[in-house]
Amino acid sequence: MDRSLFGFIIRYSKRDQLLIVPLVLATMVVYYLSLDLPKTIINEAIQGKGFPQADSTTHWLGLDLQRLPYLLALSVVFLALIVLQGWLKFQINTMKGWMGERMLRRLRYALFDLVLRFPLSRFRRVKPAEVATMIKDEVEPLGGFIGEALITPLFLGGQALTAMAFILYQHFALGLIAFGIVGVQAFIIPRLRKRLLVLGRERQLTARALAGRIAECVDGAGEIHANDTSNYERAEISARLGRIFKIRFELYQRKFMVKFLNNFLSQVTPFLFYTVGGYLVIMGRLDIGALVAVIAAYKDLPSPVKELIDWDQQRLDVEVKYTQVVEQFGGEDAAPPELQALLKAPALPREGKLRAAGVSLVDESGARVLENVSFEIGVHEHVAVVGRQGGSELAQLVARLVPPTSGSLELCGVDLTRAPEAVTGRALSYVGTPAYLFPVSVRDNIVYGLRHAPLREPAYDAEAAKERRKEAREAERTGTCPLDIDADWTDYEAAGVSGKEELEARILELLKRVDLEETIFELGLRSAPDPERAGSIGEPVLAARARMRERLASLGIQDWVERFDPERYNRNATLAENLLFGTPVGKAFDIDNLAGNAYVRKVLRDTGMYELLLRTGHKVAETMVELFSGLPPGHEFFAQYSFIRQEDLPHFQEILKQIEDVGLLRLQDSDTQMLLTLPFKLVAAKHRLGLIDESFESRTIEARRHFARTLPQELRQSVEFFDPARYNRAASLQDNILFGKIITGQAEAATRITRIVRELLDELGLRPLVVQIGLDYQVGVGGARLAVADRQKTAMVRALLKRPLLLVLDHAAAVLDPASQTKVLEGILAERSGQGVVWALQRPELAERFAAVLVIEHGRLAEQGRFEALKGNGGPLNKMLMAA
Amino acid sequence: MSLEQEVELIRQFPIFSKIQPAMQKLLCFSSERLTYDAGQVMFNAGDAADAAYIIIEGAVKIVIATPSGPLHINDVERHGIFGEIGMFGDLPRSATAIASAPPELGEHTDEILGDLGYDKAAIEALRQKKVI
Repeated sequence: MDRSLFGFIIRYSKRDQLLIVPLVLATMVVYYLSLDLPKTIINEAIQGKGFPQADSTTHWLGLDLQRLPYLLALSVVFLALIVLQGWLKFQINTMKGWMGERMLRRLRYALFDLVLRFPLSRFRRVKPAEVATMIKDEVEPLGGFIGEALITPLFLGGQALTAMAFILYQHFALGLIAFGIVGVQAFIIPRLRKRLLVLGRERQLTARALAGRIAECVDGAGEIHANDTSNYERAEISARLGRIFKIRFELYQRKFMVKFLNNFLSQVTPFLFYTVGGYLVIMGRLDIGALVAVIAAYKDLPSPVKELIDWDQQRLDVEVKYTQVVEQFGGEDAAPPELQALLKAPALPREGKLRAAGVSLVDESGARVLENVSFEIGVHEHVAVVGRQGGSELAQLVARLVPPTSGSLELCGVDLTRAPEAVTGRALSYVGTPAYLFPVSVRDNIVYGLRHAPLREPAYDAEAAKERRKEAREAERTGTCPLDIDADWTDYEAAGVSGKEELEARILELLKRVDLEETIFELGLRSAPDPERAGSIGEPVLAARARMRERLASLGIQDWVERFDPERYNRNATLAENLLFGTPVGKAFDIDNLAGNAYVRKVLRDTGMYELLLRTGHKVAETMVELFSGLPPGHEFFAQYSFIRQEDLPHFQEILKQIEDVGLLRLQDSDTQMLLTLPFKLVAAKHRLGLIDESFESRTIEARRHFARTLPQELRQSVEFFDPARYNRAASLQDNILFGKIITGQAEAATRITRIVRELLDELGLRPLVVQIGLDYQVGVGGARLAVADRQKTAMVRALLKRPLLLVLDHAAAVLDPASQTKVLEGILAERSGQGVVWALQRPELAERFAAVLVIEHGRLAEQGRFEALKGNGGPLNKMLMAA
Repeated sequence: MSLEQEVELIRQFPIFSKIQPAMQKLLCFSSERLTYDAGQVMFNAGDAADAAYIIIEGAVKIVIATPSGPLHINDVERHGIFGEIGMFGDLPRSATAIASAPPELGEHTDEILGDLGYDKAAIEALRQKKVI
């Protein structure tokens, strides 16, 4: 990266800058003409010089014109000049804009490219949020400046010099005065601005640190809550904001002081002109016309000078920003670009050995983590690494994540420290702990390991293809990556499959190996799949729904599920579900919002249910208040059983009292609404308050029909109705299959029915489909929406899918419970039979399942060999096994 | 049986009789009503205990396992209570309960009484009513 901003600008935008220069010169010419032309218009056409008679003509551009037409012609030309000047300015500004944005794109890309090439150790010292803010925010002003960088001083300088030359030409002394004042400005102002530069630098650093700190607070939110340190963090951020404010305040003060001084000096000059110039005129040494011309010309001088000074200020500002950012990205430790070059089909090592010779690793604190480790293992062997210190680092070293401080590491004759990532990224797989998951779906995380190069171009139509070519050209021009992100980057070959379907099947296999299939199956059952998919699963699910009904009947337990029947009231569903007779989509018809929804109210009024519901709400409120008022605050029953939150109880008590005073119908709107929300949560069979009798039920069914019939167009998206013959896009798969509610009151019903659902899905061969839907599950930031064990397993599938030559695991199963650990370990070893595995284990006894063991003690290779040989010989492994 | 009737029912039992009516009602409101088939095992000896059961309809056999076979030690009839010790301690079930005629039970889980029993504040509340 260029050290100085101007170096960067000149190297990459020289050509573009030079293209603008002729336009600038053209503008000057046009400007001069547009100043000169009015003189002619006024003197000749209007005042009539050169037209002694009424019908005399003048020769102009090959035409003979009388006075009036001449006037018109000149005026039109004048108009044309103004328009031309405007157009030229427009072109110049646009070109400056493009140029600046292209350079900004180039700079941001170059910085990001460096981020990708930094060694991992750098990321321990640098905060992610700071890197992000440097690339995004701090370099933003550069875009605007680069356009101005060379053109503006040229332009303004030209203007100023012209004016100055004009003045000097009129009278030497006056010219000297003007020159002198400008000189003073040019000298003093930069001095005053030194401090501004220092402040600018400080401001940039404190703003960057603020971004870093805020990200820390977000990451560490758990710790803040657990330790009650939120006020400490508030004070800390407030102090930072205060510091930034102080800096900016001083910045503004000084900036405006400089401006003021500048303006003052500019105004002093006319004063000098009047005094000195006036004196000269009185003395007869200068004619008045010249003085007037000088003062007029001088009017045009301060503006470009001021703008030049502003430009210089901006230049210093931006240079500081640039240097500050580039320094942070400097350093000699970035990997050379060749290491990450795009190789579509690199030659991968196949047979041979993994050879370590005298490998040592010294960490940042200077401690010797590994000392002179040498071994040789076959590349198809299963090797366990046991030992407390050094096992993890050895695994990372083999996976080429950390370079050895000394010694050599060779894989099938390929020097691992120098091999390009195109080779190591495909030949090696690494699963660490904690494994990192991107905030995308489970499937996307698993397939991530196959995205090395764009392999198949998408099918573009003519329009799109043109767009794509344009984008590619633009990318090349700004030195950014021209590869198409929309292409298919999935390397099916590496996974050993021929296409998408086979890939899905393969993923399913691997899920079973690492014991993750059941979890994904559950996720699938409980999720409401993407409407895109909904088309293809509608049929199978409806088939399952019908089968479910038959199955329950054949087992004699069809009464255990109360199905949704449009003609009947479902006593095991809420009143809300009975009224809506569908699943709400979005917030409009959410159970808490029903009472406040205008359309729902209308339906209630139209069907005469409004009062009924209000009276029911009254009774529910009375019951809730009676039942829950006596409980101590914070009692968990509120959350579990009460329709009313604890903090709302007093309000409801007031409402009840109000009802006694003025009657139910005279309540305030807000209170009425609160009462109305209550009955919607009633489940007739569960709550047994005796409030929903037969007549209530039949009226609800009527209201249900009315609701569906008069539902306005704009609300149709907010509810998916229960239709026995249709798939419900808003409900989960499980709910779609059951198509009803499991009744309360039958002991064990829920567990038994869930089991039946699974059996059914297996019989219908739908299990893989459900698992595929489960793979669409979004795992959240860092995989937070998955349990920790499931994150590790997902990473394992990712590592297995690309069929590496050597699979390296670094305590990857350590977070699982002991039984799962063994199961997963055996699954992976079975999957990798005949293929290389290096596994740094936490529990030494698991090494029994491996062909060879490397025992690391205090960073040295204490012993190596077969497990049976080492386990009883009194050596380090023996001791570890005894201690466990 | 409505909530009111359930409250009447539990009032007969010494354990519940001295609790305030509002608490009794809360107890019934938050308890589950379960139906078992004849011959269905409700819980086994040794299971974790978290509820007391009151029979609304039907009957239940209490059985313990002995070296010479299961020993039928008690029958609980309609409106009878069993398993109440499960609400007050962490002791596992001492015997097995099997539904004889299909019973309908009100199950009062110990989350309810257990909480009312173990929450400090709730204990105070009960002490005031001179239950404990």
